[in-house]
Amino acid sequence: MNTISIIKNGIIKENPTFVLMLGMCPTLATTTSAINGMSMGLATMAVLICTNFVISCIKSITPDKVRIPVFIVVIAAFVTILQLVIKAYLPDIDAALGLFIPLIVVNCVILGRAEAFAAKQSPVASLFDGIGIGLGFTLGLTLLGICRELLGAGSIFGFTLLPETCNILLFILPPGAFITLGYLIAIVNKMRA
Amino acid sequence: MKKIESSLTNMTLVLTGVAVIMGAILAFVNDLTSGPIQEQKSKALADGIKTVLVCDDCIVTQTDTVRQTDAKGRELSFIVYKAADKDGKYIGTAVESTTMGFGGNLKVLVGFSADDNILGYTLLEHAETPGLGAKADKWFQKGEKGDIIGQNPSQPLTVSKDGGRIDAITASTITSRAFLLAVNNAYSAYKATPVDATTSATSHTQQ
Repeated sequence: MNTISIIKNGIIKENPTFVLMLGMCPTLATTTSAINGMSMGLATMAVLICTNFVISCIKSITPDKVRIPVFIVVIAAFVTILQLVIKAYLPDIDAALGLFIPLIVVNCVILGRAEAFAAKQSPVASLFDGIGIGLGFTLGLTLLGICRELLGAGSIFGFTLLPETCNILLFILPPGAFITLGYLIAIVNKMRA
Repeated sequence: MKKIESSLTNMTLVLTGVAVIMGAILAFVNDLTSGPIQEQKSKALADGIKTVLVCDDCIVTQTDTVRQTDAKGRELSFIVYKAADKDGKYIGTAVESTTMGFGGNLKVLVGFSADDNILGYTLLEHAETPGLGAKADKWFQKGEKGDIIGQNPSQPLTVSKDGGRIDAITASTITSRAFLLAVNNAYSAYKATPVDATTSATSHTQQ
């Protein structure tokens, strides 16, 4: 498999949000605005690239029976590093996402790709799979964030487009996340068919 | 390359090894970032004091910690910063106050002018819902819907749902209540702060 097809696979054929349906908790919780969704997607991508690469490197020295604990230790370490770096150098993103960053540890996109891809493929292929799946996740979250922000707050990336009377608050609230995600999945499936 | 066998020795060795290596990396990163994180925190506080007291070159002249018990008998702790301008004239007091918000601790810095009115506020730390309760950072500012600037909280501020005169953030009444409680608590802590003899003396002579 060449690198281009691995990346395309992550964005389209195995898009984590619309096709694999992995990592639904952060998907629903952080997409109240486009910028929050995108930041969460990029943070997850950064962790995914690092963990996929490292896990692929250590796969042959990891006994099968303890592979999950080993993977989780690696993932938790990278998430904590990311959290410390964001706190130290990007205080604005920390203020918006602080609460959700530690939860990347238990995001099943990360462990799912470690199991399904990194534990079987070469480190370089795993690196590109991290990029592809990460981009797919970022794309999914940004799209969801754009729809919810536009319908719920009348703006996209903070730029106001609709007057306040058109805002449907429901879309910012949790039920709006499920409704929007359902419609987006339906549209994506229709387009893929 | 052949996978190594899942024997007890191998499993213990690998898991311990990975944990130790990752622990070492974390310790290193923590060491590297603890300085900048501390800097960010103190910078946020210094900026916060300047924002809430609406001054560019004020200096904190006195820092107090005030402890009070709330209605339920829990002890609350406040940090009170008195600030003066560069000529030493008293400008106002900023009070750091914490209450329980919707998603966790809500830490607010409120500035009071010399005549006890609210000069400004800023959120130092919060875990409110993005897009809803997190709007508290703008909602209660001057000219916004829940404007509290210039009010005197000697009558405790409450949301209109509780019979008060402040409009709560849409769909975030809990956050709004927590925020106003923090402001009211800050006011009582500010009133309870021991008056600095020299500061009050200077302000009297200037009047």
